Amino acid sequence: MELLSHLAIGVDAAFTGTNLLYCFAGVTLGTLIGVLPGLGPVATIAMLLPVTYGLPPTAALIMLSGIYYGAQYGGSTAAILVNMPGESSSVVTCLDGHAMAKQGRAGAALGIAAIGSFFAGTVATLVVAVAATPLAVFALKFGPAEYFALMVLGLVAAVVLAQGDILKAVAMTLAGLLLGLVGVDVNSGEERFTFGLPQLADGISFVVISMGVFGIGEIIANLERDERRDVAAVRVGRILPSRDDYRRSWKPVLRGSALGSLLGVLPGGGAMLGSFASYMVEKRLAKDPSRFGKGAIEGVAGPESANNAGAQTSFIPLLVMGLPANAVMALMIGAMMIHGIVPGPQVMSERPELFWGVIVSMWVGNAMLLLLNLPLIGVWVKLLAVPYRVLYPAILLFCCIGVYSVNNQMFDVLLTVAFGLLGYLFIKLRCEPAPLLLGFVLGPMLEENLRRAMLLSRGDPTVFLTRPLSLALLLLALALIVVMALPRLRATREVAFAEG
Amino acid sequence: MKIRILNRRDSFAGLFFILLGLAGSHAASGYPLGSAMRMGAGYFPLLLGAVLAVLGAVVLIRSVRVTDDEPAQDDGFALRPAVLVGAGVIVFALVVQQLGLVLATVALTLVSGHAHREVRFGELLGLSAVLSAFGVAVFAYGLGVPLPVGPA
Repeated sequence: MELLSHLAIGVDAAFTGTNLLYCFAGVTLGTLIGVLPGLGPVATIAMLLPVTYGLPPTAALIMLSGIYYGAQYGGSTAAILVNMPGESSSVVTCLDGHAMAKQGRAGAALGIAAIGSFFAGTVATLVVAVAATPLAVFALKFGPAEYFALMVLGLVAAVVLAQGDILKAVAMTLAGLLLGLVGVDVNSGEERFTFGLPQLADGISFVVISMGVFGIGEIIANLERDERRDVAAVRVGRILPSRDDYRRSWKPVLRGSALGSLLGVLPGGGAMLGSFASYMVEKRLAKDPSRFGKGAIEGVAGPESANNAGAQTSFIPLLVMGLPANAVMALMIGAMMIHGIVPGPQVMSERPELFWGVIVSMWVGNAMLLLLNLPLIGVWVKLLAVPYRVLYPAILLFCCIGVYSVNNQMFDVLLTVAFGLLGYLFIKLRCEPAPLLLGFVLGPMLEENLRRAMLLSRGDPTVFLTRPLSLALLLLALALIVVMALPRLRATREVAFAEG
Repeated sequence: MKIRILNRRDSFAGLFFILLGLAGSHAASGYPLGSAMRMGAGYFPLLLGAVLAVLGAVVLIRSVRVTDDEPAQDDGFALRPAVLVGAGVIVFALVVQQLGLVLATVALTLVSGHAHREVRFGELLGLSAVLSAFGVAVFAYGLGVPLPVGPA
């Protein structure tokens, strides 16, 4: 079987001593930083990126994906124990997870989250391995028009998924696209929006924007809030779920894994969509929906499995087409570029050991999370008790050095401050920053493919409508816009976010 | 009935998008535009900027209504954290190459540490010592980030 031989390549690459070590280091560091309140996976990955610069590409990617899963799990831990979700995908976990913690069942919630995540991770790894080859063959048929249409679909999906005002989310996407064009235009050599600054000729680093907006901006907003965390009051209780917990959870875990795997592949999707969907499905299927929000273990098991499955399958568009599905994948693409890998369908055939190694290490990373987290829950609880006034100067230092080490340029650190203040402004104006980051990363690719498609069609814009694949993708994007414009569905969307 | 700004947040957001869009398309109009077939450097950003400005205008108009309702209360800006966190990082960036990682870390911790509503000076001193030791060990030696440790 082809699949088995592919997986064998991956096992060879992933199960070397050093790569296992990097995977372990990534998962541990990711959990360590991700568990800190107010730090989501985006900020965690951006902060830990410099750690991977010196590594060979395969090891670096394995470590980065380890960091991602670790950060995701750390975020769930913070959500359950102190009701502070690091990012949107663990918002749902807060509802029943924190309610369980208040009843002294934090251990069971954390346990089922780890076990469900591991199961979902295993399923999703298989999905990625099975789907990758046919999708890559399919992706080779994509011309510039199709890539353009796919990116438009991705951006539209990101807008639909953004919390709050859709119009402002569209505007944020466009602002991101504009920011992405800063620097020398590859086609004409013309410098755009650089204000004559040589430091801007290569464009703004995505680390600068993500650290500024998601790191410094968040810190300022956190400082303004009068936050009180009652960690001391939380008793972890027994960690392994009871037989009754398992009986209630196994179906939600199965459904969550399926939903998460499916929704994770969508551009704009990723971990968050799956966890929202799973929560709503479980609530609807429950015999007694009123238990939800009051510590129903199904409300932890389902969404936690879904977000882990989604986190993993969102690698598919990145590895197969070179398109980031969400802000985390946007960071991954940047990391790949730093190591000289251009993401796209050719990676699979040109660097099989890297491609399959990363996929196999996804499963390894999940296994490590399970082994690491259950015994270490006590440590994470202690870490959560560290007061914020001690924490944030440390985070600032990591941000400074992390940003500096990308290009060894102090200018980047100053620019990060500017984006930090901008990020704080966005929070104040209720403008979601995630679409901005996605637009920023896709900006140059979108322009490049638009130009190429128009050149091939000799300036005829109908090329996007006459090619069937491109037409289908654009129709899908249009359908999404129509769906969210319908007042009834818009109300449902608001309810969904309000529930979250 | 009066014309009121119902949502000051959205008005600011709208203005921000308008300004960014106009600035973007203004700058883009200075670059070669080319044609639809051979797009120049200015074509795509000009289009983006224009659409962004229009969207901003819609956001702005939407926030102003003819109504008797009281405008929504909005929360002010927290100047102190914004200024002190920003200043701490700027000081770090400006001094680290001359004075070294240790002193820059101390400066960063002391300046940005005052952004919290609860300042404990002794704790900040201790924290800055721990952080600079950690920074030197992990970043300068461990990861080889090219930054001097002490004053040049």
